[in-house]
Amino acid sequence: AAEPFLYLLTIFLLACFVGYYVVWNVTPALHSPLMAVTNAISSVIVVGAILATGLATSWVAVVFGFLATVLAAVNIFGGFLVTRRMLAMFKRKG
Amino acid sequence: MGATVSTLAYLAASVLFILALRGLSHPETSRQGNVFGMVGMAIAIVATLFRPGMSGGGVALVLLGLAAGGAGGYVIAQRIQMTALPQLVAAFHSLVGMAAVFVAAAALYAPESFGIGTRGHVKTASLVEMSLGLAIGAVTFSGSVIAFLKLDGRMSGAPILFRNQHLLNLGLGILLLLLVIGFVGSGSEALFWLIALLSFALGFLLIIPIGGADMPVVVSMLNSYSGWAAAGIGFTVGNLLLIITGALVGASGAILSYIMCKGMNRSIVNVLLGGFGTEGGAA
Repeated sequence: AAEPFLYLLTIFLLACFVGYYVVWNVTPALHSPLMAVTNAISSVIVVGAILATGLATSWVAVVFGFLATVLAAVNIFGGFLVTRRMLAMFKRKG
Repeated sequence: MGATVSTLAYLAASVLFILALRGLSHPETSRQGNVFGMVGMAIAIVATLFRPGMSGGGVALVLLGLAAGGAGGYVIAQRIQMTALPQLVAAFHSLVGMAAVFVAAAALYAPESFGIGTRGHVKTASLVEMSLGLAIGAVTFSGSVIAFLKLDGRMSGAPILFRNQHLLNLGLGILLLLLVIGFVGSGSEALFWLIALLSFALGFLLIIPIGGADMPVVVSMLNSYSGWAAAGIGFTVGNLLLIITGALVGASGAILSYIMCKGMNRSIVNVLLGGFGTEGGAA
């Protein structure tokens, strides 16, 4: 089981580097919208929530999966909309 | 949809998330970046719904949850005052943290669905990954709630300090580590919830000494935590998209906090150890 783990760890570390470099030159005025979109993207946890709900073999796990799905869904729709509203404000000022 | 198709869809979603972060770094591409993020998330959800082994009832339940949560999130974000957007982002973070806790719990109670063992006999490596996702998720939850209360003015922005605060946090941190070791050794469900409770307390204690003026940095830091929590869950359930996106969010959130601190001429260590809002508040 060591090989799949090392493979996942490799991808994880490379993705860390991508995240590190991709935001280095952010315009200061965009700090808040960037934070908002990062928040929206972090709701990717919904993937885990969907799998827990749809694959689960016990009702306890289905309940947890469903609750996680609802919470993540609030963040997906709310998060991207908040980002859009922040960007709209940014354009009017500029 | 086969496993190959869903893996390719996850790859597309990962690339779109990278483009979203990149897009949000420049004014001209920012709006496009947000659209990339939305498309990436839609692809991720659809690809997951069509994964082999998903039960029909489960898919219906997921759609119900997405519709209910999505409608709620949309209405909240639409109605909120522009000036309240920062605290809303903090409040949203808490949801991601809590969702991570719930997914970790689901994996603990139904490990068969993720191929990581049977109930009560989860693989040791998976227990390590699960406890990471759980603890970081729980800290993200309670920390974000405090950040929200401080930003929203429902709680004083002044730092809450008491004697031996850092010593207490260190002690609780060590206790948390011991609980995790015990949990990994036994797979005990009671220890799982003890870790959750202690992490909630720790998230609360870590954020109360930080002054209101430093909250934006804290929100960004909590953002980073929510990414690490998602990655921990990704390792637990063996999901590539969660691992990649968690790492992206974790690393970019940490860098953004660092950049914001530099912009304020502050050291990130000072901000995170807290207590500085007093000077700011008195001045």
